[in-house]
Amino acid sequence: MAEPAIELVGIDKRFGAVHANRDIHMLVEKGTIHGIIGENGAGKSTLMSILYGFYQADSGEIRINGVPVKIPDPNAAIGLGIGMVHQHFMLVENFTVLENVMLGVEGAPLLKNGIAKARAELKRLEREYQLDVDPDALIEELPVGLQQRVEILKALYRGAEILVLDEPTGVLTPPEADHLFRILEQLKDQGKTIVLITHKLREIMAVTDNVSVMRQGSVVATRKTDETTVEELAELMVGRRVLLRVKKGEAKPGEIKLSVEHLTVRDSRGVVMVDDASFSVRAGEIVGIAGVAGNGQSQLIETIAGIRTAVSGRVLLDGQVIDITGAADPGELRDRGLAHVPEDRHHMGLVLAFEEYENSILGYHDDPLYLRGPFLDIEAIQADARKKIEKYDIRPGDPRLKTANFSGGNQQKIVLAREMERDPGVLIIGQPTRGVDVGAIEFIHKRIIEMRDAGKAVLLVSVELDEIRSLSDRILVMFAGRIVGERDSDASEGELGLLMAGVEAKEAAE
Amino acid sequence: MSQPFAKLPAWADYGLLPLINLIVAFLVAGLVVMLVGESPIDAAVLMVKGAFGSGDGVGYTLYYATNFIFTGLCVAVAFHCGLFNIGGEGQAYIGGLGVTIVGLGLGNSLPWWLVFPLAILASALVGALWALIPAWLQAKRGSHVVITTIMFNFIAASIMVYLLVGVLKPLGSQAPETRVFGDGGQLPGLGWLLNIIGLDMRSAPLNISFLLALLAAFLVWLLIWRTKLGYEIRTMGFSPKAARYAGISELRIIIITMMISGALAGMMALNPIMGAQHRMQLDFVQGAGFVGIAVALMGRSHPVGIVLAAILFGMLYQGGAEIAFDMPNISRDMIVIIQGLVILFAGALEHMFRPSLQRIFQRVGRVKRETASVVTAGGGQ
Ligand SMILES: Nc1ncnc2c1ncn2[C@@H]1O[C@H](COP(=O)(O)OP(=O)(O)OP(=O)(O)O)[C@@H](O)[C@H]1O
Ligand SMILES: [Mg+2]
Repeated sequence: MAEPAIELVGIDKRFGAVHANRDIHMLVEKGTIHGIIGENGAGKSTLMSILYGFYQADSGEIRINGVPVKIPDPNAAIGLGIGMVHQHFMLVENFTVLENVMLGVEGAPLLKNGIAKARAELKRLEREYQLDVDPDALIEELPVGLQQRVEILKALYRGAEILVLDEPTGVLTPPEADHLFRILEQLKDQGKTIVLITHKLREIMAVTDNVSVMRQGSVVATRKTDETTVEELAELMVGRRVLLRVKKGEAKPGEIKLSVEHLTVRDSRGVVMVDDASFSVRAGEIVGIAGVAGNGQSQLIETIAGIRTAVSGRVLLDGQVIDITGAADPGELRDRGLAHVPEDRHHMGLVLAFEEYENSILGYHDDPLYLRGPFLDIEAIQADARKKIEKYDIRPGDPRLKTANFSGGNQQKIVLAREMERDPGVLIIGQPTRGVDVGAIEFIHKRIIEMRDAGKAVLLVSVELDEIRSLSDRILVMFAGRIVGERDSDASEGELGLLMAGVEAKEAAE
Repeated sequence: MSQPFAKLPAWADYGLLPLINLIVAFLVAGLVVMLVGESPIDAAVLMVKGAFGSGDGVGYTLYYATNFIFTGLCVAVAFHCGLFNIGGEGQAYIGGLGVTIVGLGLGNSLPWWLVFPLAILASALVGALWALIPAWLQAKRGSHVVITTIMFNFIAASIMVYLLVGVLKPLGSQAPETRVFGDGGQLPGLGWLLNIIGLDMRSAPLNISFLLALLAAFLVWLLIWRTKLGYEIRTMGFSPKAARYAGISELRIIIITMMISGALAGMMALNPIMGAQHRMQLDFVQGAGFVGIAVALMGRSHPVGIVLAAILFGMLYQGGAEIAFDMPNISRDMIVIIQGLVILFAGALEHMFRPSLQRIFQRVGRVKRETASVVTAGGGQ
C-alpha cells in the first residue's frame, strides 16, 4: 500500500447543537483521487474546512505524510502543501490571472522582479499540466471553467501537493467538467493527491480511485471505486434505496397556461440574450429547457417572472398579457398564480442573513395570513414555516436558525417549499437540484411530477441533461439565445447534445 | 458557504467587543493627554465626575445624548436598507425650520402640549422632505446618496444662514437667531425625573424631548423587526436582488426609508430649539448629525445599542467640556481629538479586534470541551 498523504484520526466538530463531524477516521493514499460523497449537511465541507485550517476540530488529529500536524489557519495548510479550490471562487475580479496567482506571495516589496518570476513559473505550470490560461486576461472576462483553472493554478503556484476541490463541477458545463477531470488525472500522474467532493455519482465513478461516504457527520463506508456501483453508493449515502430516475406516468396536457411569443431580451450592455423565443406550456405538462449555461435560459425565465424587462415580444399568463417591457411586478405575478424558483438561490431566492422563517415568506409577505395590520404575525409565520420544514424534511428543523447555516440542499428545499406550497398555476424552476444530494434530488423530482399531475404548468430550466430528460414531457433546446429545437422526452442524449452545441443552428444559418 | 471563523456569542459581539474598542480608544486618548503634560487619570476622573457627578452633569449628558439618539437612529434606519445617509446634519438643521415656524407661530397662543405634537410633525416633515430629493436621485438616477446628502448638508447650512440673518431675525437685532418663542413654544424640563433618583438639576437643559427620543428608539425597533415595511427594508439592505425577486419596489423602499431617516434627524431639532434655547440659533446642530454616524456604528444599528452609545457620546461632550474648563493645557480642540479617537476605534476600526477575539474564543471553547471530556473519562474509571 502506498504511503498515506492524509490521515484523519478521530476528528470531531460541533456547531452548537449540530454535530457536524463525529469521530471521523479517513485515510487518503498518496497519488490518488479520493472522492467524498454524502447527503447535504453530512459534514463534508466542514471536514475539509478543518483540513484547510478554516475551522479547528474539537478533538482528533491530522497527519500529513505520516507526521501529526496542527493547522491553525489556511496559511499553515498552504505551508503543509495543502491547496483548496472553493465552490465559490475567491478571485479578485478586476485583477489579471497573473496578479491573482501571485496575490499574497509577491516575494518582494517591489512587484517588478516578482512578476517576472511568477510569469516564468506560471508558464512552467501551464506546460506541465496543460492548464492553458492567458496570464494577462482579466478574471471577470473569463468563463467560470477558466476561473476555476486559475484557482487550481493558484494552489499549485503555492506548492500544493494535496488539492481539495469542494463541488468543483456544480458551476461547470459538461465539456468544462470533462476538461477538469483530465487535468486532475494529469495531476495525479505527477504524484499529487486529490480530494474531490461532489454530489454527482457519475463523476465519482469516472475519476476517483477510492470513495468515502459520509452520513450525518460520520464516515459510514469507504470503497475502492472499481469495486462499487452507483446504486450501492446512493444507498450508502441515504441509508435506503434511492430512485436515480423517478417514475412518472403519461402527461395529460390541458389548456395553455403560459405562452411566450417572439420574446427578445437584451442585457444591461445591450447584448441580445434571448432572441425571438416562442413557446407555450400547458396545464399538466413539464416543459424542459436544455442548454449549456449562459445561452439565455436565465434571462428567459427571469423575464417571464417579471424580474427583467424585455425589448419586444409578449408573454401571456392564463391568456392575459403580462407587462414585460415596463416594470412587471413579480409580486403581482405571484398573485396571478406564477411561482418562481430562481437559479441563484443565494442572492435572489433567499436572504442568507435572515432566519429561516423570514425566508419562508419572501415574496409572499403581503399575504394577510402573515400580517396583523402593518405588523408581521411572527407566530403565524413560524407555525407556517414549521409545517413546511416538516413536509419537506428541511434539516435542521429550526425556523429560528440563520439561513446561511443551512447546507446547500436544505437551502434549496426552503425555496421549493415556499414556492410549491402556494399551489401556483404555473411553476418556473431554474436549476432545481444544483448542489443537492441524490436523496433530495429524488424528493424534489417527485414533488415536481406531483405538481404536474395536479394540473400545474411547469417550466423547467436545467443544465443537467439527465434531469431535463427524466422530468420533461417536451424538451426545448436553447443555443445563443434562440430556441433551436423541440424534441420529445425520449430524444437521445447525443441528439440533444448536438443541438445544445449549436450544430444544427449553424447549419441552418449557412 | 462556510464562514472562515466561528461566530462570536452574542454577548461578546455586542458587549465585549465594543468595550475592548472603547478601552483602547481611552488608552490612546490617555497617551495624548500625557503628551500635553496632564495626568490621564485626573482627566478621566474629571470627565466621569463632570458627566455623572451632579444633577446638572447628568442633565447635560442626557441632553446631548438626546440629539445623538435621534441622529443615530437616522443613520441606522438607512443602514438597514443598505443606504449610507450622511445627511443627518443637514436634515436636522433644516428640520429646525419646522420647529421654528410652529414655535414662533403658535408659541404665544397655545399651551406647550398642543404645540409640541405639531412641532414634532413639522420637524419630521421638513427633515423627511430634505431627504426626499437625494433619495429620489438615488432610486431614479443612481446618484449615490453619500455624495448627494453631503451636498445637501452644505445647501441646508447656506439656506439657514440666509434665513437667520434675514427674515427670521427680529428687526434691529445683531445676533443671527430668531426671537424667543412664547411660553407654549418652550418644553418642560425633566428636573423632576432626576429628582426621583435623588439628583438635583438646576440649569441643565434636559427636557421631555429625551423621552421622545426613547420612544423613537422603541418605534424604530418595532418598525425594523416587527413590521412588513421593516421586513422589506431589511430585504433590500441585505440583497437588492432578493428584493426585486420578492416584488419589493426599489424606488418605493429607498424613498420611504430615506424619508423616515430624514424625519428622525429632523426631530433632533426639537431638543435644542424648543427644549433648551427656546429660539433657533445659527449652527444649533453642532455636528450631532455626524456623531450620529459613529453612534449608529457603535450601537450596531440596534436601538438599544444606539441609546447606550448616545449616552456615552453625551458623556464625552459633557465631561469633555469639564476637562477643558479645569485643565489649562487641554483646550476644547483636545476634546475633539479624544472624541475623534473614540469614533475611530469604536466606529471605523470596529472590526480590528474581531479576528483575534474569535481565535481566542475558539481556543477557549476547545480547551473547555477537552477538560470536560477528560473529567468524564476519568470519572468512568
Ligand atoms: N458555521 C456554522 N454554524 C452552524 N452550523 C453550521 C456551520 N457550518 C455548517 N453547519 C452545519 O453543519 C452541518 C454540516 O455542514 P456542511 O456544510 O459540512 O455539510 P456538507 O456535507 O458540505 O453539505 P452540502 O452537500 O449541502 O454542501 C450542517 O448541518 C450545517 O447546517
Ligand atoms: Mg458543502
